[in-house]
Amino acid sequence: MSAFLALLSRDLRLAVRQGGALGTALGFYMLVVTLLPLGLGADLNLLSRIAPGVLWIALLLAALLSLGRVFSSDYEDGTLDVLATGRLPMELVVGAKALAHWISTGIPLALMAPVLGLLLNLELSAYPLLFGTMLAGTPAISFIGAVGAALTLRAYRGGLLIALLVLPLYVPTLIFGMAAINGLLGASGTMSAFLILIALSLASVVLCPLAAAAALRLQMQ
Amino acid sequence: MQLVAENLTLERGARRIANGVSFVLESGTALLLTGPNGSGKSTLLRALAGYLRPSEGTVKVRGENGAFEGSSESGEVAEVCHFVGHLDGIKTHLTVKENLAFWATYLAGPADAKQSTAHRVEDALEQFALDALAEIPAGYLSAGQKRRLGLARLAVAKRPIWLLDEPTVSLDVASVKVLTDAIDAHLKAGGMAVIATHLPMELASVRSMQLGRAQVPA
Repeated sequence: MSAFLALLSRDLRLAVRQGGALGTALGFYMLVVTLLPLGLGADLNLLSRIAPGVLWIALLLAALLSLGRVFSSDYEDGTLDVLATGRLPMELVVGAKALAHWISTGIPLALMAPVLGLLLNLELSAYPLLFGTMLAGTPAISFIGAVGAALTLRAYRGGLLIALLVLPLYVPTLIFGMAAINGLLGASGTMSAFLILIALSLASVVLCPLAAAAALRLQMQ
Repeated sequence: MQLVAENLTLERGARRIANGVSFVLESGTALLLTGPNGSGKSTLLRALAGYLRPSEGTVKVRGENGAFEGSSESGEVAEVCHFVGHLDGIKTHLTVKENLAFWATYLAGPADAKQSTAHRVEDALEQFALDALAEIPAGYLSAGQKRRLGLARLAVAKRPIWLLDEPTVSLDVASVKVLTDAIDAHLKAGGMAVIATHLPMELASVRSMQLGRAQVPA
């Protein structure tokens, strides 16, 4: 347990010290959302209708930017080899690193979404739900993304490859996240979509470390 | 304790790097791996640590009286060994002390419970002459100092097997002395070391094995 916490706190400390990853993700998120009204014109009704979708898709893309570094920085400086000789199983190493990615990137992006909602004339009543679904959905983004990061560890231009591998896997998260916000399904439908979103996140927290650890073992040969 | 390699055959892609390597390493001895570039020293070390799965043969750790303790396939060998490869495993944004403190916590085992993490880090800093650099971000260190920091990992957690891949690269004479003293002390305490090197190392109890030709210990 202390090894898990040591790794988690080391990764969080590195995220703060290096700073670049979070700044890039937040900056990218803001720019994409800012550019959209410029492209679409100032039709406030249209903007408020598409706002949740735009905020979600831009969040996925912004999170992808920093996923490439989850394992590659440790691989390049030899840290990953040493991490593998620890008593901590590789699955938990992946878990700690994906959790650190969620805390250092997923949560800040979710916190930023309501602010950007202002730019898109998002209805005030949708704010709590938007923030709630993003907080519930971002763990799935970090953990599924960790599998993509592990698979592309040694690939040339791995960052672009991750997007191709991982974006299709984000579809369920996106669908249920949107279903919960849009309220097209009525109050009970919103609740069930929200619960499915949480289930997706929990399932990926459990299953993705297994896949990512297997990929890492293969890559380290 | 014994480290046993039985009939190891290692392949990289379709290329066979080592063929039928066998040895038994007893407590208190070091094995020097020598051989020209590309003869498979690093590959063999990676196989011993369990990163690389041998296409044939096994690596095992045996306890006292030949009792079976674990194999590399299930990761049990990795848990009792320190691996110091060509890369130092240093985070440039953390200070020297933070780097070591992380490894001291992460690699700690039951044998380290007697001493606190801070104590082990202080000892390692002193042993590898890094105490004056403790608060400096590791990114500012010179190549030799980084190497010393990577090697200081050996001292923050007690593990019986040391796997060192050209540990003397970029070290100055004084630092090589520190390293050989550390290895000697480790061997005297009943540890083992497998060291790939091009330079002769003066150790108390050492065997050597030449790779690339007949792969049997001399």
